Amino acid sequence: MDKAKIKKGGLSDTNLLLLITIVVFFLMYALAVAFLGQGFLKPQTFFNILNENAALIILSCGMSLVMITGGIDISVGTLTALVCMSCAVLLDFKGGNVTTAVFLALGIGIAYGIVQGFLIAYLNIQPFIVSLAGLFFAKGMTTIVNATQFNVENEEFKALKAIRVYVPGMGSINKKGIYVPAYVEPGVIIALVVVILLFVILKWTKLGRGFYAIGGNQQSASMLGINVKRTKFCAYLMCSVLAGIGGFVYFMHVGSGSPSHAAGAEMNAIASSIIGGTMLTGGVGNIVGTFFGVLSLSTIKNIVSSMGLDESWWTNITVAAMICVFLLVQSLVLRRKAKLNKK
Amino acid sequence: MKYRLNSLIHKQIFIPIAALLVLTLFNLIMDPSFFAITLGTNNVGKAVLTGNLITILDNASELVILAIGMTLVTSASGGQDISVGAGIAIAGSVMLRILCGPEGTADVVKAPVIVAFLACCVVSMLFGAFNGILVAYFKIQPMVATLILFTAGRSIAAWINENRLPVINDPTFAYYGNYIPGVVLPTPVFIAIICVAAIFLILKFTNMGLYSQAVGINPHSSRLNGIDPAVIKLITYVLLGLCVAVAGFIKVSRISSINYSVVAKDIEMDAILAVALGGNPLGGGKFNMAASILGAYVIQFLTTTLFKYNVDSTALPAYKAVVVIILVVLSAPVVREKINRSVKTLKSKKAVKEA
Repeated sequence: MDKAKIKKGGLSDTNLLLLITIVVFFLMYALAVAFLGQGFLKPQTFFNILNENAALIILSCGMSLVMITGGIDISVGTLTALVCMSCAVLLDFKGGNVTTAVFLALGIGIAYGIVQGFLIAYLNIQPFIVSLAGLFFAKGMTTIVNATQFNVENEEFKALKAIRVYVPGMGSINKKGIYVPAYVEPGVIIALVVVILLFVILKWTKLGRGFYAIGGNQQSASMLGINVKRTKFCAYLMCSVLAGIGGFVYFMHVGSGSPSHAAGAEMNAIASSIIGGTMLTGGVGNIVGTFFGVLSLSTIKNIVSSMGLDESWWTNITVAAMICVFLLVQSLVLRRKAKLNKK
Repeated sequence: MKYRLNSLIHKQIFIPIAALLVLTLFNLIMDPSFFAITLGTNNVGKAVLTGNLITILDNASELVILAIGMTLVTSASGGQDISVGAGIAIAGSVMLRILCGPEGTADVVKAPVIVAFLACCVVSMLFGAFNGILVAYFKIQPMVATLILFTAGRSIAAWINENRLPVINDPTFAYYGNYIPGVVLPTPVFIAIICVAAIFLILKFTNMGLYSQAVGINPHSSRLNGIDPAVIKLITYVLLGLCVAVAGFIKVSRISSINYSVVAKDIEMDAILAVALGGNPLGGGKFNMAASILGAYVIQFLTTTLFKYNVDSTALPAYKAVVVIILVVLSAPVVREKINRSVKTLKSKKAVKEA
């Protein structure tokens, strides 16, 4: 047992891929600073990336969870749109307040999670098909709830949306020589709490280790006494609840309801998880990596748009190229490692 | 009779047939005129057959063609290609670029349609090979590998035509997506039939079907039997590329133009759904091509039925989702087993009572 451990070397697959992700993120940010000027050195630039992507971070965390169990949930993007639209309609037309909106968002997430989790874990239907139906359902429901985009005028919500959390010690002096403190939106704090919470759950709880176990090999997991069905159910429930939370965070950021909100967010979440070193085959992944995955993805988008290549197609092509490079690196690294292990 | 019915229920093709029957019955009860086919005139003034059934056959063509390729890919690689929608955008863009030339509009096509078609086949097959190489040789999961083209595809399509929306005013180009003068059925129906016939000939006279199933079930043992899994996987992706080219050709010919961000949107989801509705395991291995093709028609049948009851096109996905969930729940092995068991216990109780 000990010998095998020594032979295997210090880094597990998860940690190796995590290391690559973090190194690449810092390299990329350094390149951005070097070539695109000092704008990227301002703390606010970095915090803006966080502000814009708080919801995506939460969605990606949920996505990583189900990907670690070897499944997938492609309904999170349209679920976000559904949550936004429902909350917006509740606040503006149905006379709800912010508290009920939060409960509505959570409720939608929980209901979704229970149905999808039950179908996938207990009826053994392929997760792709179930969440595909979930994607369609949320997409259709969003337009049934309300077909057009509108901004929320609820005063209580507007006050919530305007909250800024100032980061102590960070800030910059603007052109007029006035010191402007750096700020984040409340959504970022929620996202960070989610990241830390999930990190702890995945690392030190029975449930979290169960996710890795059933992702690695379901049969041996069930032989170890893990309740595979319940663990799977929990993963999908958590993912949908996180999509509900992410939906509300997104809603706080944009302050409107629209059927086209968060379009393609599920693919961005999958891409971030992959860049963060989570593998779709299951058993390998890390929440911290996912966090850096989101940051890398949005940094490269920022770089492309600030390079003056404003045609929208360039962003997509660079993001795709980046996913491609990451996949190739992962594939090569793992192959080399497998060869070393054989020797 | 009973035995035959039982064996049919356990066959894979039962799922799409049952779905088709349910939809047909529903329409027969609600409004039998749904199935009426009349001889009308189209917007050019030619006599053509019109009716919901014709619409279904016509609009399902692209989906049927994609379902063929998707079934093979699913079988061999145990995953799905989510870049087919973006691939159609690329194929259509290449086609229009060649037919329109650099100006972006053409009153008469600038090159023979067959040349443009061959070129777009080659381009699509190259993109298919790109996906295939990532999947087969770099061993990346298919959904992830095709995520690359899914993200970039529509942008590449826009870039090929420098973000213009080319328009062809030549009526002969529209024949392929609409009607050939003098023929009462829409051309895409014939194209779909040709593709279906081709794939059945391929499956009958080559080992393609056997090999892709073998690779999907167990790549290691198929390797030991002298089949190279990587090559088989690559071939299925290239074939899917060919299917994408044909579907793209129909799509651009329908409107003689293209809109990069909208053309064939979400068609990848429908294509995967067709494969799943056909009862094919999405994890690879055995497949039933006829069931997939029927699955594609079921999806279009459902869409047309919903349209008939004035369901808004944006709200359509919600209803589709409910139907899909009902279908997959009923076809799930766990549920079927339970139903079978409860039927058996009912029967034995009856037998006990009778005794």
